[in-house]
Amino acid sequence: MNADLRTRVGGMDLPNPVVTAAGCAGSGRELSQFFDIASIGAVTTKSVMLEPHAGRPAPRMAETPSGMLSTTGMQGPGVDVFIQRDLPWLLSRGGRAIVSIAGAGVGEFGELARRISAADGVSAIEVNLSCPDPADPSGRRFADDASQAAAVVQTVRSHARSDLPVFAKLAADVPDVVELATACVEARADGLSMINTVRGMAVDPRTLRPAVAGGMGGLSGPAIRPLAVGCVYRVHEALPGVPVIGMGGVRTGADVMEFMAAGASAVAVGTTNFSDPSACRRILREFTEALEARGFARASDVVGVAHRQGVGA
Amino acid sequence: MSDTGPVQVRCPVLNVRRVDAYYAITVVAPGIAERFRSGQFVSVAIGGDHSSTLLRRPFAIHDVKPDYGGTVEFLFSVRGTGTAWLAERRSRDLLDVVGPLGRPFPLPREPVNCVLVGGGSGSAPLFPLAQSLRRRGCRVDFVLGAASADRVFSAITARRIAETAAFTTDDGSFGTRGRVTDVLGRVIEECRSDAVYACGPMPMLRAVTAVAGSHGVPVQVAVEETMACGTGICMTCVIPVVGQDGITRMVRSCVDGPVFRGEQVRFDDVGTIPFDALGAPGWKGSSAARAAESARDIA
Repeated sequence: MNADLRTRVGGMDLPNPVVTAAGCAGSGRELSQFFDIASIGAVTTKSVMLEPHAGRPAPRMAETPSGMLSTTGMQGPGVDVFIQRDLPWLLSRGGRAIVSIAGAGVGEFGELARRISAADGVSAIEVNLSCPDPADPSGRRFADDASQAAAVVQTVRSHARSDLPVFAKLAADVPDVVELATACVEARADGLSMINTVRGMAVDPRTLRPAVAGGMGGLSGPAIRPLAVGCVYRVHEALPGVPVIGMGGVRTGADVMEFMAAGASAVAVGTTNFSDPSACRRILREFTEALEARGFARASDVVGVAHRQGVGA
Repeated sequence: MSDTGPVQVRCPVLNVRRVDAYYAITVVAPGIAERFRSGQFVSVAIGGDHSSTLLRRPFAIHDVKPDYGGTVEFLFSVRGTGTAWLAERRSRDLLDVVGPLGRPFPLPREPVNCVLVGGGSGSAPLFPLAQSLRRRGCRVDFVLGAASADRVFSAITARRIAETAAFTTDDGSFGTRGRVTDVLGRVIEECRSDAVYACGPMPMLRAVTAVAGSHGVPVQVAVEETMACGTGICMTCVIPVVGQDGITRMVRSCVDGPVFRGEQVRFDDVGTIPFDALGAPGWKGSSAARAAESARDIA
């Protein structure tokens, strides 16, 4: 029996629930050398800013147990080049694009939403709330303050085309992720993506200095998966009608099942692409086999299963 | 997905052997061997399927042979957990290898005199380059340096395939005591070198580029940068490089390199974001530069 993998999340219709996470697959060009980019649900493109950004100086990453710390500093060519060069390429290959946007201020988010809306073929916008809020001198991110995050989501929603779904990408290392999620939903986000990287540090044992330039970095990989699954579970429990794209250390088809059972309708593969460029193809196959082995007729039947009463099947 | 792009393969180890201070691993990988051009590297998964060490390790390809359909050999020294694990691999173990990756050494159209300069394990990719250059009728001379005798690369092979081979060691245990650049100028003059190819640590590449420049000879360098993915998606191996248009960009060593024209690499600014780099804080590019950026094909 072939399970039906079709996935509807936040108004997007995808062929299956496996997508790539922002910042972990470029705009699909590199990974397309290893698998057909049209065969996965969607590519979430690397966060694009209004202007080109060179990013942070090296060293930009450190390997940590079952994960990595990274701090690329949003290097990117800017929205004009993205719309003219990167987006058309992805669409020409049959890929579906969830465009992640990052603004250096609320106004920029609005302008980005407007320009992305004017481009053809975009499936959804994902709002990167983990960028720093320039109005705050302490380096606080938009995600750290639920009302600031809501203001950004509101601006994006009002500047984006009404038929373009807007997802808010949440951070886990905030006072209350459910409060953050609720604020974004009330600001009319069509769905939520979670989680982003978690702030942390590694000290190089040889130099006894921080291993990445600037000190703190974003932790990703299997080390954060329980944190991510916990966030998805709690948000789905509090907001059961809100579509969620879950991510954080996904490595196998079983991990996809885990996130979906916790409440995600789609699941993103991120850091694993670095260590296994054909991961998405493998993970989709593993997930499909797991679905069929467990007798699920549809991928969507798994969503939220972990919340049901009684012992699992 | 392409005939010339990289492939990802689980390949059996043919053998692992010690070569002085290095280990040499040969794997059976026809898909990688047939696509290989000198200067390219492989990105190898380490630690096994259940390892907590997620990131791959990059290694320059040292040799490719037609045996068993195609074998690939790369060298490394044990520096940390990843390379320690690799050193323990045995014949018939499987390795997950992605390659060949990166921009290879460009080869001259006509027979010219080439001097190949290697520092430590950076010498490894120069050997297949030497073979390719000789097949084109080029004269090849080697200058190979290392910290000590046991780190000097394949002196016997170098002498066999090159017209001349000069060796330097920091501690004087083999060849001339000193650095490769201490002898490079003389070699360029005596061998009437038309081109320099170099691979090794950044300070060496900077010094080699300076010597080549002062002799009016073009130089191609293969940089060694720390990498996480090797495939161009993690954005952590960037270095500042001046483009054809004169604009400096933070480019990925793994896909835009590892081979660059030496004159284009801003060695002094490695580890920083130069103030005039595209997208640096306060950068305001011209509309022509933006249009050029749009047309540029990165992948």
